[in-house]
Amino acid sequence: MVKGNVASATQRPPLPQAGEPPSGDKGGGEGKDRATAPSVGVTIPIAELRASQPRFQGLTAGHRACLGCGEALAARLVTEAAGPDVAVANATGCLEVFTTPYPESSWRLPWLHSVFGNAGAIAAGMEAAYKQQGRTTKVIAMAGDGGTFDIGFQALSGMLERGHNVLFVCYDNEAYMNTGVQRSGSTPHAATTTTSPAGAARMGKRHMKKDIVNIIASHRIPYAATASVAYVSDLRRKVRHALEVEGPSFLHIHAPCPLGWGHEGSATIEVARLAVQTGLFPLLELERGELTAVMPIRKPRPVRDYLALQNRFRHLFGPDPRAQVELEHLQALADHNIEAYGLLGEGEDAQDSEGADTVQRGGVRWA
Amino acid sequence: MRLALEGSQALARAVALCRPQVVAAYPITPQTHIVENIAKLVADGRLDCDFVSVESEHSAASVALGAACAGSRAYTASSSQGILLMSEVLFDISGLRVPVVMTCANRAVSGPLSIWNDHQDAMALRDSGWIQLYCADNQEAIDTTVQAFRIAESLELPVMVCVDGFALTHTLEGLTLPSQEQVDAFLPAYAFSRGLDSSQPISIGTLVSPDHFTEVRASHHNALLEALVEIPAVDALWQQMSGRGCGGLVEVRGDPEARVGILTLGSVLGTLEDAMDEYPDAPRARLIKLRAFRPFPVEALRQACAGLEALIVFERAFSPGGGGIVAAEVQAALYGHAMPRVLSYAAGLGGRDIGLDAYPRLMQALEAGGEGFRFFDLKPDALPEGGF
Repeated sequence: MVKGNVASATQRPPLPQAGEPPSGDKGGGEGKDRATAPSVGVTIPIAELRASQPRFQGLTAGHRACLGCGEALAARLVTEAAGPDVAVANATGCLEVFTTPYPESSWRLPWLHSVFGNAGAIAAGMEAAYKQQGRTTKVIAMAGDGGTFDIGFQALSGMLERGHNVLFVCYDNEAYMNTGVQRSGSTPHAATTTTSPAGAARMGKRHMKKDIVNIIASHRIPYAATASVAYVSDLRRKVRHALEVEGPSFLHIHAPCPLGWGHEGSATIEVARLAVQTGLFPLLELERGELTAVMPIRKPRPVRDYLALQNRFRHLFGPDPRAQVELEHLQALADHNIEAYGLLGEGEDAQDSEGADTVQRGGVRWA
Repeated sequence: MRLALEGSQALARAVALCRPQVVAAYPITPQTHIVENIAKLVADGRLDCDFVSVESEHSAASVALGAACAGSRAYTASSSQGILLMSEVLFDISGLRVPVVMTCANRAVSGPLSIWNDHQDAMALRDSGWIQLYCADNQEAIDTTVQAFRIAESLELPVMVCVDGFALTHTLEGLTLPSQEQVDAFLPAYAFSRGLDSSQPISIGTLVSPDHFTEVRASHHNALLEALVEIPAVDALWQQMSGRGCGGLVEVRGDPEARVGILTLGSVLGTLEDAMDEYPDAPRARLIKLRAFRPFPVEALRQACAGLEALIVFERAFSPGGGGIVAAEVQAALYGHAMPRVLSYAAGLGGRDIGLDAYPRLMQALEAGGEGFRFFDLKPDALPEGGF
């Protein structure tokens, strides 16, 4: 993780450790109570812990994600923005595995994991139950790209079609990372994975990344958007907006995986930002299937800048003549996004010179 | 209230009496009439329930799981391919110890395609950790459905109520529906001890390491063994309240003193009972109805089989390359306890009719001696050359 992010992570009040008093409380005004040091074996009621926090955290520290995990960061941001009256339906994957090694759990939200392909359906069941009970609890389904683009797609599509009041969040790290970096329907063209390896006869994945947000938006749901862990306030705003919507909503979050993408854990944010700034991962909002807002990128970066940071694209920088062709393909994909979504944003928001994390909402239809 | 009802219609009414809050289903023959009737009850305002019409059986089971965890009584129904498509989730429901009730309108499994009745679908789920109760007739199907919710919720185990497709689901007959007051008095309001509540968050379905997995599985097994007590107790209570019991775990009918027996699951029992009247000159048999297949009632079976010299296990499924599924388990249960000679039959596969004459034919087969596995009513001439 980049330094800025590490700093924000340390703002959470630490859980009391065995044999040491709690410290570093930044909750303001709560320090006195907490100064009475809990001794070994003392448990603090959850309500008290929550009350002492500067803000609600649905996913706490201490989980087992890798250094620089984009998904862990995204999940923390989503749950912080969503608040406490939320229940989570989690597909099988890294997030489920690294947050809940029994008998521990990082979740401070009611959380249900069933199998890989049914996050949309268990979320639908939970929502149906809460609705019947007259409860306000909002259901958030969470899945990786496998649980969204591939094995979970049918259950997701059915949930959307039936109009359940569920936010489905896809943490997209562009391959099956939990099982060791196999290609998925989300893996970008030309990326090498263990099941789409680059070699003498192949330049990595032969197929294109599935355009999931437009497929989802074509269900004419009230709200579908893309977001990135590099644009935190934009991500938070989209979570809040999605939860305000009555009916199904979808948030597709680009979440780098240092292990699977082959970059330093400290480069997660930089890599994620470059994906947006090159136009390869445009930040979009679609309402009832129509594009309503994009995050402008005033000075697009060449895709090489993004690809060169990651070992999964290393073969594109070798002597093979096909590498240049693939690089051109990928640049063409980015150029297409920039044009199709109007990412240069001419005339729409003159002050947004750096592609800052603000999005012009409402009224503008680009496509 | 005595009404002329189709089995499926009666089942839908019985489910409605149990006040499920979420019903999720995907249509498959011969389950369809059950969920169609439930959808109609909801549409007519006679059942306050969210009927979630899902896009697959995998999602039907998943919606039921999510709803039950979120604190609502949940129900689903399926058959055959649907049961198999659900199977991943069914294992998960039971492993997480979530009380869901489903009707399995028993049907053969593809391929080749057969939409007709046998028990291969439910038998394939033998090891899924669900309670399986088989119904001999539609009255039992009604009463077992009501009992199933109570058993499921008291033990936090899912219950599959197995009802023969077509033979029961599509048969119109005179049936007694319990009153709403009876069911309400019998079935406490749904309360799941581990419900998903945002004011008391818990995690369900976590990753369990080898340090704990054996204990999880053992406690699941022990809960199923506990059902050996709960199932007859609930049946007895229902009998007290409604006047109708379903025979607990195992029920002996026919001639209880007979030295030869036929053990069956499901609706073929009625055929054999009628056949005993139809063929008064045929030898008398003890008819053993296996109502609970999971948990497997070893002790009750030993009692029911005590004194038998020969036993036919007459089941609507088999394990290819193995033989009779129930037969093997019955033999294991009786081993060392005055083991009778056991003839194992796969019968009525893919809806092949089992007529009244099955009874005298089985009695003749017993007299002819022999044991082991065979197909009932097989047409040898229709087999490929060499038999396979």
